[in-house]
Amino acid sequence: MRSIRPKTRASNRENIVTIDTDSAPRIMFSGENFRLEDLPVGTRVIYPKRPMSPVANPKAAIRYALNNPEGMDPLHALLKPGMKVTIAIDDISMPLPVMRTPDVRQMVLEIVCEMLADHGVDDVHLIIALALHRRMTDAEIKRMVGTKIWNEFAPDRLYNHDACDPDGMVVLGRTRHGELVEVNKRAAESDLVIYCNLNFVPMNGGHKSMGVGLCGYESLKAHHTPKGIVDSNSFMDPPKSHLSHSFGRQGSLIEQHLKVFHIETVLNNRTFDGPLSFLMKNEDDFTESDRLKFQGMKWALDKMPFAARREIFMRTPGAYELIGCWAGACEPVHEKTLAKSYEQYSVEVDGQCDILITGIPYISPYNVNSKALNPLLVQVMAQGYYYHMYRGQPLVRDGGVMIITHPCSDKFDPVHHPSYIEFFNRILPETRDSYTMEKKYQDEFAYNPSYVEMYRRGNAYHGAHPFYMWYWGQRGREKLSRVIVVGADNATVPALLGWETASSMAEAIAMAQGTMGRSAQITMMHHPPIVIADVV
Amino acid sequence: MSSQHHRHHHAHPPTYQNSAAFYDVDGTLIKTNIVNSFAYYVQRQPSLTKSAIDTVRTVASVPVFWLADKLSRKWFNEIFYQSYEGWSEDRLIVLADELFEDVIKPNIYPRAKDLIAQSKRTGRKQVLLSGALDFTMTRLAEYLDVDVLIANKLEFVNGYATGKLCKPFVAGATKADIMRDYARKNNIDLTESYAYSDSFSDYPMLAAVGHPTACNPDFRLRSTARSYDWPVLDLDEHTDRDPARRPNGLGPEKRPRQIRRHS
Repeated sequence: MRSIRPKTRASNRENIVTIDTDSAPRIMFSGENFRLEDLPVGTRVIYPKRPMSPVANPKAAIRYALNNPEGMDPLHALLKPGMKVTIAIDDISMPLPVMRTPDVRQMVLEIVCEMLADHGVDDVHLIIALALHRRMTDAEIKRMVGTKIWNEFAPDRLYNHDACDPDGMVVLGRTRHGELVEVNKRAAESDLVIYCNLNFVPMNGGHKSMGVGLCGYESLKAHHTPKGIVDSNSFMDPPKSHLSHSFGRQGSLIEQHLKVFHIETVLNNRTFDGPLSFLMKNEDDFTESDRLKFQGMKWALDKMPFAARREIFMRTPGAYELIGCWAGACEPVHEKTLAKSYEQYSVEVDGQCDILITGIPYISPYNVNSKALNPLLVQVMAQGYYYHMYRGQPLVRDGGVMIITHPCSDKFDPVHHPSYIEFFNRILPETRDSYTMEKKYQDEFAYNPSYVEMYRRGNAYHGAHPFYMWYWGQRGREKLSRVIVVGADNATVPALLGWETASSMAEAIAMAQGTMGRSAQITMMHHPPIVIADVV
Repeated sequence: MSSQHHRHHHAHPPTYQNSAAFYDVDGTLIKTNIVNSFAYYVQRQPSLTKSAIDTVRTVASVPVFWLADKLSRKWFNEIFYQSYEGWSEDRLIVLADELFEDVIKPNIYPRAKDLIAQSKRTGRKQVLLSGALDFTMTRLAEYLDVDVLIANKLEFVNGYATGKLCKPFVAGATKADIMRDYARKNNIDLTESYAYSDSFSDYPMLAAVGHPTACNPDFRLRSTARSYDWPVLDLDEHTDRDPARRPNGLGPEKRPRQIRRHS
């Protein structure tokens, strides 16, 4: 398939294209479809870097990491017959979309479990470290860990973490900042915890793995606050992220009590390949074949019902490949992981912009295999994640305008997101103020017995999760003067989110220029694949 | 790591004293219904002949009960409870214990107890609101650790059932009235309260509270719940099939299997 892989952009500067009079229109995701938009001359378009070359032998790389760890003894030296081991695994929220099998977690687990068996370690539990995310279904877990691990461990010794199990959580104490640290009891009582991480963005991994993955609601409350989000500049820049500092304090306290061996993996950004590889390219470099493929796909998507379009996208896995694996103590491992992650994702950008344009795709970390990207998740993608895709200074300057493309349909998945529905229809019409919500309603949702039950035994996100989604956009909400949606199929949803609508990109840009001036600098982020702007 | 190094308690949830959770019972918390209970009684008549005759009569009446239930829960109650006419109160109460052990307890939805426990932890009053007879529900109420049981009462004269129910009947819209009355007397805010039912006939009960939840709903209630964006719970999941319960050792004993290195 090499021949149809995208043309590479050799230098960092080639990841930034300035629109000229003869530039091609740009493709933007708009939910389960695309928009093709002509952008004004002078607009900067920031493309992701080309996918880095994968490690030649992923299994060998994993074994090497286990045997040559950072800041800890090799894994085999930590094992003793009869010891109690818990393996925590990152959940389905990463990567996006799900990766082709074998998932990198499967590769890690097969090697680790084999090593445990060879050393006479029989008491092994595998826990999906989902924090307050929804429980993964059996089929999803099986796909992620592979048949071999599934057959050996499920369901007795391979299961989802349950943050609301009154008998399944223990409090380890409080950090010096007073943050409660509550973790999964099985992990807390283990002689060794092995954390199997999949690092998709620099926000993840490190102390977040144990500090969040196996925590409870009261523990998460310490940092998932509107203030914590506003003080994170940005999520993708751990040294400047309040969230990351809090994860660090909680994670350090956990590691005072438990011995944790971290395994972190980094993937490249090959989100699309094969027939969809044109989505990885600069539109100016499209061949006739690429143009035909895009037009054909767009024509078909326009004719299809929503559910069919969604199904097609959900059933198209990403072609991600392993580019690095490190193991050992949390901090030295994560340092290497972050360096590799930035090497793949960060693009140096000169100066901020006044108007930021980005398409919102069909997927977020919280709606894998769901029926829709609901309005709160559209919001979290725009003002949460895409706003935060920077290091240094924000890509869009304070007071700037963000333009997004998405239908913003009033669609929710009642099985995965029941509390989102109540939040959207009951809380948002009353207030958009995160601080009021946090004080007045968050606990009510978190301890709603129906939502607790749907989280624990169904496949629903925790009752408090929609609040976190709203807080996640708090910094974007405070720093941006306007958010304008192009292609919304209704005005109610954007209005509830505090956004404006425009019928076309030209109108949206004119509206934005009304605020920012006619000489406003316009930048488009060409997500996905993910790109992080290092703004200098 | 040894467990004694950790403080084994979890964070305390906030409490909601002026809130209650109202549960319908048949079909919501347990799989059986009042006809099952009655059938249990008739099969345990002192005389084998009478037991057989009553069993046949009950089976023959099922279509009538079904039709009456479809038309009106009130009619159904009036027709159905006539079947108890002439029964001795002592006998009904004595058999209620066996009824609980043999019929009701094995048919409690696996997740019902946890749902109530979770709700109770937040300080809400737990109220069972059942169209079944009170003496058949007493043991269940104790077992589920609820605070209040409101159920239909059979009228007894000289220790024998008349086949009539004491008013008000606990059914349909009356359930909502009973809830309002209970809320008024106990300083409960219904907008902060919860209600759980499986049947569309309990729509008034669900609509009376701020947090209605459809539990194992029938088709009509499921559609209604979807239209109104009420949460839909399925309590019919066996805990022994539920991986989330495994860490606490509730699963069946199984010898651990190991991955072996390929030769």
